[in-house]
Amino acid sequence: MSILTVSDLGKAYRSYRSEWQRFAGWFGLPIKPSEEHWVLKHVNFDINLGEAVGIVGQNGAGKSTLLKMITGTLQPTEGSVKVNGRIAAILELGMGFNPELTGRQNVFHAAGLMGFSAEQILQALPGIEAFAEIGEYFDEPVRTYSSGMQMRVAFAVATAYRPEILIVDEALSVGDSYFQHKSFSRIREFQEEGTTLLIVSHDRSAIQSLCDRAILLGNGTVIKDGNPEEVFDFYNAIIAEKESSTVEVKQLDNGKAQTSSGTGEAKVEEIALYNSKGEVAEIAEVGEQVELRIKVKVYEDIESLVLGYGIKDRLGQVMYGINTWHTEQVINAPQAGDEYLFKIAFPANFGVGSYSVQTALVDQGTHLTANYEWRDLALLFNVINISKTIFAGCLWNEPKILIEELEK
Amino acid sequence: MSGMLRSLWNYRHFVLSSIRNELISRFARSKLGGLWVIINPLSQVLIYALILSNVLAAKLPGIESQYAYAIYLMAGLLAWTLFSEIISRCLNLFIAQGNLMKKMSFPRITLPVIVIGSSLLNSILLFISILGIFILLGHQFSMAMIWLIPLTFVVVSLSMGVGLILGVMNVFLRDIGQAIPIVLQMLFWFTPIVYPATIIPEAYRHWLNLNPLYPLVDAYQQILVYGNNPQWEGVLTIAVIGFLLTVVSLFMFRRASAEMVDSL
Repeated sequence: MSILTVSDLGKAYRSYRSEWQRFAGWFGLPIKPSEEHWVLKHVNFDINLGEAVGIVGQNGAGKSTLLKMITGTLQPTEGSVKVNGRIAAILELGMGFNPELTGRQNVFHAAGLMGFSAEQILQALPGIEAFAEIGEYFDEPVRTYSSGMQMRVAFAVATAYRPEILIVDEALSVGDSYFQHKSFSRIREFQEEGTTLLIVSHDRSAIQSLCDRAILLGNGTVIKDGNPEEVFDFYNAIIAEKESSTVEVKQLDNGKAQTSSGTGEAKVEEIALYNSKGEVAEIAEVGEQVELRIKVKVYEDIESLVLGYGIKDRLGQVMYGINTWHTEQVINAPQAGDEYLFKIAFPANFGVGSYSVQTALVDQGTHLTANYEWRDLALLFNVINISKTIFAGCLWNEPKILIEELEK
Repeated sequence: MSGMLRSLWNYRHFVLSSIRNELISRFARSKLGGLWVIINPLSQVLIYALILSNVLAAKLPGIESQYAYAIYLMAGLLAWTLFSEIISRCLNLFIAQGNLMKKMSFPRITLPVIVIGSSLLNSILLFISILGIFILLGHQFSMAMIWLIPLTFVVVSLSMGVGLILGVMNVFLRDIGQAIPIVLQMLFWFTPIVYPATIIPEAYRHWLNLNPLYPLVDAYQQILVYGNNPQWEGVLTIAVIGFLLTVVSLFMFRRASAEMVDSL
């Protein structure tokens, strides 16, 4: 069931030669604006009940404009947003808090601003107080609060009632880690009970751990809509994109899409994983000593060359990543035609599952100054457990467990 | 229009708690608290009474009390305070609440309603303290006072109509916010509040009929000072104008709502 339908949505900011013309326009006079500035155009998507969708995009891509139109603070210029149910937004926590009033009074007021009646609020108040966990401060004026305490109260109000759609901003990463965990688990609870999540963030791992879909906005429209890993790879490629560089998406056999991008001064020619017997392998055993061999060819004279790689789990979370900048093995002034073989040996101390390798050829520590080549899903391999004790998780971290029976 | 009323009803709790909070935050950390609501206009009465009573007291026909001038001042100021408070607060309302409007989704119509509610509350407090002073001064009041209720509605509709139109326009054209306080100041002195209408020379007095506030202030003075019924023709004309202005302002407010948030 579709809970949110955005169809052909567009937003333009209009300016008039004179403000009086604008006023006249309200009374039906046919007056054309002198300038129209389109922030969003032809945005289309459909979100179903219970889905968790990440909204990504660079600054200025129109993310917040889109969200404002979904929550209803901004009116669309064209197209429509259809919402079936109540929306709650954790965008501006603590908006409308009055510093002179106590936490309790502010909660009352803020819940009123969300449209709840006095009885509904009274009912939810003990729950809000308990969730915020700020003790006696709840009855003190908000001006005496630390910003973390204010966050707690604000989050508790915003999520006091389960909405059909919950919009979460990256602002959520504010606050102490205890409360972060607590608020994340509340969000997950909502999700399990059927709330649709809409998450705006630059944080790849947050989106990949919560969402099953991501929408990439760019230049005021949707440029990619698909599974988060694929969208993020594409997004990273765009960030790294410089003049003359290309973004290439190749469909792999297993249905995943490989994205590569870069200016092309150096390229990964071959990449393979070798097992402990020195054979090329797609499968590694937990804890097995393996070697990743990457052959790089230089196409143009460059100042320096750094290889970086990351091993990601099936959700796209990086398990481990490093580059030769950090290991202080930068290749200085390679020339066109040079070839290098990187042999990277490590134990496969991973949990059972499928992993991918991403590679980056850059000039320094990051891919932001120069990006010769960035390749996602350059290699896929599986980790299986044959000889080790059965365990859960993505890290093989075998313990020694001692149990002592204590005297009664 | 019915949509506006429905959303107002749904948000009645928010409106009430906003009015209450405004009052509470005024009390917070202030020894005199709510008294300041009335101290301000009453000190104005005191200043005018001290400076002008000798000049003007003799010009007030029909009442004997030595405090006649102070009583006259209070009657006029009661009307004026309500009128000017609603206008000047509506004027900057959307700019002041811009952040909230940009970030939270709630019926915008609650904002002017909150202003009216809290201005009315202030006016009632002022009225009660004026009654107290009247009793202290030994001033009689009559049953005509019941007319203050419909009169208040007329003042509110006139000031809300004007205030909302100016407030919406001020978002786009900020000069309005600068100009209106000056206009209000002039209007105050062109309205017989601190002086009786009778001191204006006969030849110029008909200009007063152009002042929309005159019939209202006069009605307050007739009721509170002389215990007379107000002169209805003038009040009714203003009531009709006020009603029309309110309708226009609500229409404008609805048309402008979308663009207002864009421009804040």
